[in-house]
Amino acid sequence: MSSDIDEAEEAVRVRFIVNGRKVACEVAPRDTLVDCLRNSLELTGTHAGCEMGACGACLVRLDGRAVHACLMFAVQADGARIDTIEGLSESGDIADLQAEFHRRNALQCGFCTPGMLINAHELLSRLAEPSRAAIRDALSGNFCRCTGYEAIVDAIAAVADARAAKASQKGSPE
Amino acid sequence: MTPLTSLDRPNSYIGRSVPRPNAKRLLAGRGRYVTDIRLPRMLHAAFLRSPYAHARIARVDVDAARALAGVHLVATGADLAKICTPWTGTLDHFKGMTSEPQLPLPLDRVVWAGQAVLAVVAESRAIAEDALELISVDYEELPAIVDLDAAREPGTPRVNPAGSSNICFRAQLDSGGVDEAFASAAHIIEEEFSFGRHTPVTLEPRAIVADYDPDGGMLTVHHATQTPYQFQDLYSRHYRIPEARVRVIAPDIGGSFGLKLHVYHEDMAVVGLSILLGRPVKFVADRLESFVSDIHARDHHVRARMAIDADGRILAMDVHDATAIGAFSTYPRTSVVEGNQVIRLIGAPYDFKSYRAALEVVFQNKVQTSQYRAVGHPIACAVTERMVDLAAARIGLDPFAIRAKNVIPDDAYPTASPTGYRFESLSHQVCLQRLREIMDYDALRAEQSELRQRGIHRGIGIATFVEITNPSPAFYGVGGARISSQDGATISLTPSGEVRCAISVTEQGQGTEAIISQIVADQLGLAQEHVKVITGDTEVTPHGGATWACRGAGIGGETALQAARKLKANILEIAALVLQEQPAALNIIDGEVVNAATRQPRLAIAEIARIAYFRSDTLPPGTQAQLTVSHHFAPQGYPFAFTNGIQGCYVEVDADTGFIKLLKHFVVEDCGRIINPMLVDEQVRGGVVQGLGAALFEECRYGETGQLLNGSLADYLVPMAMEMPDIVIAHVETPTADTALGAKGCGEAGTAAASACVLNAVNDALAPFCASINAVPITPARVLEALGRF
Repeated sequence: MSSDIDEAEEAVRVRFIVNGRKVACEVAPRDTLVDCLRNSLELTGTHAGCEMGACGACLVRLDGRAVHACLMFAVQADGARIDTIEGLSESGDIADLQAEFHRRNALQCGFCTPGMLINAHELLSRLAEPSRAAIRDALSGNFCRCTGYEAIVDAIAAVADARAAKASQKGSPE
Repeated sequence: MTPLTSLDRPNSYIGRSVPRPNAKRLLAGRGRYVTDIRLPRMLHAAFLRSPYAHARIARVDVDAARALAGVHLVATGADLAKICTPWTGTLDHFKGMTSEPQLPLPLDRVVWAGQAVLAVVAESRAIAEDALELISVDYEELPAIVDLDAAREPGTPRVNPAGSSNICFRAQLDSGGVDEAFASAAHIIEEEFSFGRHTPVTLEPRAIVADYDPDGGMLTVHHATQTPYQFQDLYSRHYRIPEARVRVIAPDIGGSFGLKLHVYHEDMAVVGLSILLGRPVKFVADRLESFVSDIHARDHHVRARMAIDADGRILAMDVHDATAIGAFSTYPRTSVVEGNQVIRLIGAPYDFKSYRAALEVVFQNKVQTSQYRAVGHPIACAVTERMVDLAAARIGLDPFAIRAKNVIPDDAYPTASPTGYRFESLSHQVCLQRLREIMDYDALRAEQSELRQRGIHRGIGIATFVEITNPSPAFYGVGGARISSQDGATISLTPSGEVRCAISVTEQGQGTEAIISQIVADQLGLAQEHVKVITGDTEVTPHGGATWACRGAGIGGETALQAARKLKANILEIAALVLQEQPAALNIIDGEVVNAATRQPRLAIAEIARIAYFRSDTLPPGTQAQLTVSHHFAPQGYPFAFTNGIQGCYVEVDADTGFIKLLKHFVVEDCGRIINPMLVDEQVRGGVVQGLGAALFEECRYGETGQLLNGSLADYLVPMAMEMPDIVIAHVETPTADTALGAKGCGEAGTAAASACVLNAVNDALAPFCASINAVPITPARVLEALGRF
């Protein structure tokens, strides 16, 4: 038994590109990616809500796709490019979503919010103008106990419209 | 041109939808929750939990766990009992209630499956959990009392062998005249209801970091709680540390809804573990632990009878509520408030005189139940509103018509319910009318009837409600609980002319800090961004009740209003001296002292601050500027500020699968003066969705041996975006005259009536099948069972 524990605690060196910067850290093989991000890298904007992939609070972008950081060991992410809410905020990539969430109060306690934003960002990168039903469907793995979801759906729909309007302006000759 | 309104006044923030200033950092992932906190030399606690619902602890072997590298402490119940005094979850105003004394960890007996038995403190949570695997405990299993009805049967084994029965509390209400009313009634409606035990499921689980400094004799607790002052008092008294040396900090909280204002055994233990070690100790419940250790709520069986006359007027109600609360009553708010509110709120919207109710609160071997958002309201509302619909069906009245006939008329106030609740002013009639309009009720009925021809079964349900807000000491204080019904604020003009308000109401995302800054800015006359609000730290704000029972806006808001008015008077007093004017001739607009009549700017308040703080020598001799004001406000007048409203919903039932689709939900709500309409709407929406979860999905399901069978987020269904409808909201504003602000609460209104509404709507959809449902959650299996297809 105790030899198992020793082995479990043996550290492994992993490297990622987190929010555009190369980082290396020592993790135990059993550490999940969400624990590694929160504890080793102090990126506490990624939250652990259920640790079984049901609530969406731990979503991060891994090589450009939204994944549950609780369902992956940190060692499995070795070499990956990871973007967390902190990096997406600093880059300005989701500034319009954040502003619209703020304007409509599409958050209360904020615990689900980073995961919601990462999922919304992913949705809008796949589908330019999703219907409300498509937005609700896309969010169906993100649990929010506070808002009742409607303001979140409204905010994402408004950003989709604004992005589409901007894209069509760019596309026109003027 | 639109006419000017009060919102056109400068700095008019009361009634304005403005975004929450503190929400931006949450959107950037910069929230600081207790789960995020890491202190120097901090250790981590994990708990060994009982696999049995009821068992004697025969032998414990912790030697191997203690020997594991990285383990600092393995603590037993006896270890913590040496430093922590026991607590008992009773209150004096609930006459005759009993409950066993509780300790952080049990000494010799476990009473529910999942109860914490032993604590390990180690350098990491993972090591602490490894150590748990090395502990061996021998249990001798005892009979587990799981079922509510079984617990009440005579001769059933007792949950607490020291008690004389499994009864925690009994109460009776009788206004008189009930038997006579039933004897003379044209119709008597009878129904039995059952309500599934469910649990709040905040997305951030319970979290605590206790940090005891043995040299300073000082305890600091970073605690994900709604009520830091209550916990300061409790930690001080149970660990015998002077109150002034206990500091409780509630930073960002990832949802609470009542969950995080109760004493939990693990939390109390963590404080003791930190005292034993002299180091910070952190505990965050994981989701599986949350399901078996967070409070549950709403486990009720209700039998109800209603007497009506030939015209459909309600003459009397007679109800019996039995509720099971776990193995003991929760501390310090008890587990009987829910049942107490159920029997007092049943029938509350309606004008009838004769009411009788009996409440029976029983123990069982499950985790404790206690106050969760809209305490008791959903049960009372579902029972009442279903009975009203059954009455309507009996005599062929439309649901709107029977309610219009029976609600207390809007011109009948002040009045009281037959259960003794005093109503200042409610607006059922106007709300009923507004709901009919926003639902476009007649069109919905036409659509329903047309779709029925095509085999599509839609249902329309409505439910009126009354909500308890702004509680006075009648709620807890009179029962001996050291739970404050007042709030306090300390408000200052800073040297640079900004305003800082430290207030005892707390923020869990509902927007407390936003509305307090709106009220302060409005009352003082400056831009909201120049007001900083500080909450959630017992060291820096006055003692107060904090946030629960919809008291933040009504009581906290009034506290802020009165404090701001006092500070304004003090600022104008100094301004008058400087300007050689009468204070009454001056006002403040946009941070400038102005001539009250002409609004001509005279002097910036920043200049008053500069003079008062740095050049007091230039003020007349004897002048002492008071630019910090502390003010307390305790509600007086009515013991509670009741609010009211009505909800409607439109559902579709698939008669083949039993699935229910929520198509649309409607709310008309009257919370008095609205400070921030957007935040009120979002409180209502969030509340409705919690009620819809209870209506359709949420239930803690137990096996015969008292094991929770669905205690994970994959198994326990919560409402997700895909299943939830859009929610249309309208308001009626009937301010309370008990305060200058006039605000009442709005946080529980949504939850109060949502499940009742769905129950009525589903029954409406099933009416052509002569099928009826009297239990929530309304699962597909229950629908099919009602249809005789399962």
